[in-house]
Amino acid sequence: MSGVDDWAAGRTPALLVLADGEVFEGEAIGATAPEGLSTGELVFNTVLSGYQEVVTDPSYAGQVVAFTYPHIGNYGVTVEDDEAAHPWCRGVVVRDVPPRPSSWRATASFEDFLRRSDLPGISGIDTRRLTRHLRVDGAMGCAFGTAPELELRRAAASEPGTTGRDLVTGVSCRAPYQCGSGPLRIVAYDFGVKHTMLRSLGALATVTVVPANHPAPDTLAMGPDGVFLSNGPGDPAALGPQAAIIAELLGQVPVFGICLGHQLMASAIGARTYKLPFGHHGGNHPVRRLDTGQVEITSQNHNYAVDADSLPTSGPFAAEVTHVNLNDGVVEGFRCTGVPAFSVQYHPEAGPGPHDARYLFEQFRRMIDEVSV
Amino acid sequence: MPRRHDLETILVIGSGPIVIGQACEFDYSGTQACRVLRAEGYRVVLVNSNPATIMTDPEIADRTYVEPLNLDVLAAVVERERPDALLPTMGGQTGLNLAFGLSEGGVLDAFGVELIGANAEAIATAEDRDQFKTAMEEIGLEVPSSGFATHLDEAMALGERIGFPLMIRPSFILGGAGTGTAEDRAELARVAAEGLAASPVHQILIERSIAGWKEFELEVMRDRADNCVVVCSIENFDPMGVHTGDSITVAPAQTLSDVEYQAMRDDAFACIRRVGVETGGSNIQFAVRPTDGRRLVIEMNPRVSRSSALASKATGFPIAKIAARLAVGYTLDEIPNDITGATPASFEPTIDYVVTKIPRWAFEKLPGAVERLGTRMQSVGEVMAIGRTFPESLQKAIRSLEQGRAGLNGDGAEKAYDFLDDDELVTRACSPTPGRVFQLEAALRRGVTPDRLAEATGVDPWFLDQLAIISEARMRLERMGATGIGPADLDRRTWRVVKRLGFSDAQIAYLLSGGGTGDAAGTAPRVGEPEVRAARLAAGVRATFKTVDTCGAEFAARTPYHYATYEDEDEVRPSERRRVVILGSGPNRIGQGIEFDYCCVHASMALRAAGYETVMVNCNPETVSTDYDTSDRLYFEPITAEDVANVLDAEIAAGDGPGGAPVAGVIVSLGGQTPLKLAHSLPPKLVLGTSPASIDLAEDRERWNLLCERLSIPQPAGGIALSVDEALTVAHKVGYPVLVRPSYVLGGRAMEIVYDDERLEHVVGELAGSLAREGATTSERPVLVDRFLEGAVEVDVDAVRDRTGDVVVVGVMEHVEEAGVHSGDSACALPPQTLSDDVMATVDGHTRAIAEALEVVGPINVQFAVKEGSVYVLEANPRASRTVPFVAKATGVPVAMVAARVIVGATLAELRAEGLLRPPAGGGWVSVKEAVLPFDRFPGVDTLLGPEMRSTGEVMGIGSTFGLAFAKSQMAVGTRLPSEGAVFLSLADRDKAGGLEAARTFAEIGFELVATSGTAAFLESNGVPVATVVAKVGESGASDAVDLIASGRVRLVVNTPRGRGPRADGVHIRAAALTHQVPCLTTVAAARAAATGIVDWQRHGLSVVSLQEVHG
Repeated sequence: MSGVDDWAAGRTPALLVLADGEVFEGEAIGATAPEGLSTGELVFNTVLSGYQEVVTDPSYAGQVVAFTYPHIGNYGVTVEDDEAAHPWCRGVVVRDVPPRPSSWRATASFEDFLRRSDLPGISGIDTRRLTRHLRVDGAMGCAFGTAPELELRRAAASEPGTTGRDLVTGVSCRAPYQCGSGPLRIVAYDFGVKHTMLRSLGALATVTVVPANHPAPDTLAMGPDGVFLSNGPGDPAALGPQAAIIAELLGQVPVFGICLGHQLMASAIGARTYKLPFGHHGGNHPVRRLDTGQVEITSQNHNYAVDADSLPTSGPFAAEVTHVNLNDGVVEGFRCTGVPAFSVQYHPEAGPGPHDARYLFEQFRRMIDEVSV
Repeated sequence: MPRRHDLETILVIGSGPIVIGQACEFDYSGTQACRVLRAEGYRVVLVNSNPATIMTDPEIADRTYVEPLNLDVLAAVVERERPDALLPTMGGQTGLNLAFGLSEGGVLDAFGVELIGANAEAIATAEDRDQFKTAMEEIGLEVPSSGFATHLDEAMALGERIGFPLMIRPSFILGGAGTGTAEDRAELARVAAEGLAASPVHQILIERSIAGWKEFELEVMRDRADNCVVVCSIENFDPMGVHTGDSITVAPAQTLSDVEYQAMRDDAFACIRRVGVETGGSNIQFAVRPTDGRRLVIEMNPRVSRSSALASKATGFPIAKIAARLAVGYTLDEIPNDITGATPASFEPTIDYVVTKIPRWAFEKLPGAVERLGTRMQSVGEVMAIGRTFPESLQKAIRSLEQGRAGLNGDGAEKAYDFLDDDELVTRACSPTPGRVFQLEAALRRGVTPDRLAEATGVDPWFLDQLAIISEARMRLERMGATGIGPADLDRRTWRVVKRLGFSDAQIAYLLSGGGTGDAAGTAPRVGEPEVRAARLAAGVRATFKTVDTCGAEFAARTPYHYATYEDEDEVRPSERRRVVILGSGPNRIGQGIEFDYCCVHASMALRAAGYETVMVNCNPETVSTDYDTSDRLYFEPITAEDVANVLDAEIAAGDGPGGAPVAGVIVSLGGQTPLKLAHSLPPKLVLGTSPASIDLAEDRERWNLLCERLSIPQPAGGIALSVDEALTVAHKVGYPVLVRPSYVLGGRAMEIVYDDERLEHVVGELAGSLAREGATTSERPVLVDRFLEGAVEVDVDAVRDRTGDVVVVGVMEHVEEAGVHSGDSACALPPQTLSDDVMATVDGHTRAIAEALEVVGPINVQFAVKEGSVYVLEANPRASRTVPFVAKATGVPVAMVAARVIVGATLAELRAEGLLRPPAGGGWVSVKEAVLPFDRFPGVDTLLGPEMRSTGEVMGIGSTFGLAFAKSQMAVGTRLPSEGAVFLSLADRDKAGGLEAARTFAEIGFELVATSGTAAFLESNGVPVATVVAKVGESGASDAVDLIASGRVRLVVNTPRGRGPRADGVHIRAAALTHQVPCLTTVAAARAAATGIVDWQRHGLSVVSLQEVHG
């Protein structure tokens, strides 16, 4: 009689266990984890395409990404779509991985990529049940792999999650480096910056990428036309000197922040951030741009958000909300009214996702131009 | 931005009859649009010639004109109703072309009517291929290299310049009619000529063929604040070269990386902005070269389309509804997403399942048609299936087709490929046909690699790999079966893997029985489907139902729109109300179309109004029944015993909790044959209405004969034959002509009227042959041979009987064509025009007696033939018939609603008291239903009407006289009856006497008569002058009939078939009429009706009337 392995194309049965004890059956894919066990904070992402960009986005450091779309890996991978030199997430959860990729762009299959990147995964999962569970109970710790269920349960229950943890230091560059060839000079703080962001900035400027804790005076000494605050993983409240660094920069130089950079800029001006129930992770979130009323479809990946009521309404760092998420009213962008600075919570650079908000890079350039005049 | 307050009345144009390329998706869209506009407080005026639609229900619009869709009629409606605006984007190509025509003709300006949704300039930019090409090049999008030609010489020169292979598309066409490819000069000459003839503006686009490129579609919406969203991406399984309507298509796109997808999305937005569709939905098609991703824009439709209906069902995003709101001024962010109730419509749906659409073709109904797919759409319907993975959705879609397939092979029919060697199989798969996907699996199973198949067919390797996964599992099951493993031996994990790949229990039963291993005698036990199901459930593997929610479960969904899959969690919510399950009618096909969907929708509406919770099960994405708003719960599932049993299990479980209510039952008698044939697989106590035993009684020939004898209701003489000899014996006993048909309808084949022994032997022999191919013999399925009543009038009756025995006869229709032409292809009039009171009384009495004898509870349709005052019963069907919607529109009685209520136990008396069952409308109006035939799509198919149904749809004409109503019905099918010129008559001997009256009328009102020699001699000897006598085709020395038709002098052809003798002559005449678009009538009755129509039309002229006025 046919064995289990025959049916699952040589794959080994594995389990996904959540911190609250929910168990999902599947098969191990990708890299083999030590002891057959991996852990992380489990989040879902609803993109239909762009899995490679998601998996290599440093913002997912510490997290396990579950894809709601069932077939993941259809068009393989290519180095051009990497958002970082290697993935920072802890694992992937999917319903199905195809046997091989089909795309003229592909240089390897998704599974090869996982193995090569030392990234374990689990397939065959009822990812819809998983998503519905996370939707209700919020992002939570998980463990998955071929280890015995009891060990997985124990590991899942003790997985710390991302709250209160500094994950930025781990993903930020160690020393400054340059990229891009545009006419301006921009310093980009790397809190876990995506390649696509640097490409967008690189079209405007010669970009000096600096580590997350690069002191403000050193940055200003470089004489930049503008400073960019990148995306990055984890809890903004857990970070140390970044908010203070940004506070020093504000008013001295035009500043543009994205995602974690947006949250840190909020902290710098005295606003608060809070954790969303299950975050925004997808490529289809409608955001209203309050100045024109236009709606843009945006790529999002954040678990924390800026509290609108906490934005200062007066003083040197007075700010106003510029963008709002139409699904749940969460602040998606603000600008300082007294100093040249703005930021957005979502990902105008796309990668993956729609290009609707790319104008923000142009807006950054215009802000720089206005200041220099 | 709020709704516009400067508009009061909005005109909506429907798409007219169901034709190939334009089916009931426009009923779905148009119904949504009308409802939305009325809910917004606008006065809605609707024009649509198709009575079988929900949108033409008098409750849907304020004024409903079931009138021919042409510019004169629309101008008359505009003049009468004075709309402020015209919404042109809901009625398919027909609606768009008419709106454009009204604009160009100055009608809209004259009456101050504004085009909303798409203006004339946008329509012209999108529809005129020259303008579209220029526009796209302006915004930097690449279109295939091409040029336009308006005559053949130009076409040949252009073709040479662009280089072969070429694709030829006529301008302003519908569903690709007249489109084709050419590999060389000779083919170019032929296809270009066809294309020029097909284009209303005599213009064709010739472009470099990109056959073999991948094809994608994006469904895009835009609002007047310039917000744009993509609702859905669709990837075609079949590469470029097969019309998208004839392709297997999959949503979402599977093989585009995000980089490529986002670039395509940018292009789509640039396209909709440049074309200038201010608000609403558009469909944009792209071709992508698989080797380097090079992307071309193929076309854009600035309106809702077949694909947008599919996208709406695939995602839960109701494009038409939202497009209608956008057209009156709302923006996307002001419109709520119905499914979540919490988020706005200004987002892009994401899905966590795979949707597969497969077209359904009707080649078996069209002898002479070549079964090959191309750029001209030929399918008559489609199915959609939802699964968590592509293999699951593909296999579900295949069994949704109801063509005897249990999935992607793994059933008895797969043996059809056994006799081919590998190379032949691959060669066949290279040619796109309805069977291609099965051939691909068969080839993979033999070890042909996916790469070889991809290379040969252009099907993306990703799809082929997925087929290979199915194929491997299939072989594994078969091997297990061959080694004696039975269903009870399978472990839970195996069940789960197999069911997750979409295998049906029927396939598993076949494969565990040894499947295709030729293990007929051998070791594999015979396994039945019930045994498989029982073993599977015992192993704990049952279907789970997920929800279509537009958001991949990110938000809670409140709309119970479900599909089955094999996962961990079931999302069906408990119910505390009595539920009625309505089984739909599956894909549209010839013989079972929108009429049955109409009945199911009406049942849902009536039962909801009566306090039931309704549960719809269907798999046809074009329909109103599969709108998530139509019923309380929607299951998008195949209509098979297994899939329906899964739904019932889920619904029964939904009532199991505390306070839960049970399933009241299942309605099987409103969706045509599809649900009816499942009656036996359902728990008997759950079948509502007429019992399965009564249904059988009506279908079992011998018992039915006995019943008629007992009731003393005469039938045409006849008998049952198991062999050619027996058939001859019966024929000699009852006398020729005889009607020959199989006792069970096999793909609708082979019903024929036979006039002599020779033909009878041939027909019965052919039937035996086709039975043998399906593994049956004539002894299992005998042939019915009945006396054919020549020249009889056929009568159709729709009635409803309740559980107390009360019967209401709602509609009696007299057919225009005599008995022998399939009732679905025949025009008919309500009320009857020539039946005496005695005959009417007899018909009424027989109908009641039959309904009583069959113990019908619900609808019944009875067909009679009336000859020389005698009434013969032809057949009775204790279910809703094709004519139900027509009867409802003609009489104002909501027959299907009444039937649905009766089925769940109401009495007619109660319904009368309630006001639902009203007396038929008076007022003296005559309604004529006419059939719409697909011959223009199938060159080479004879246009002759016969006992085999071939129409795809129907129209209705309403007039104060029969002649006016008939003339309108002809106008509505696109046959404009001439007012002058020549009428060509070529009549069979037996039709000559009948044709005399018509010929005389034509002559009297000033037509010149042209006739073939025999007909001419007969007419002249009866005092009717014939101006020109022509020889039969091929006879020398006279002006040839075909030449005369080609000359344009002849404006109407009457050509009746010769029952005996050579038929070739008639075929050429009819083909010439079709080619040169000269109306061609093939029965004397139709000629008489046309003559009456022309007379009345000359006397009265055009006037339009709304249903609301007709119903009083």
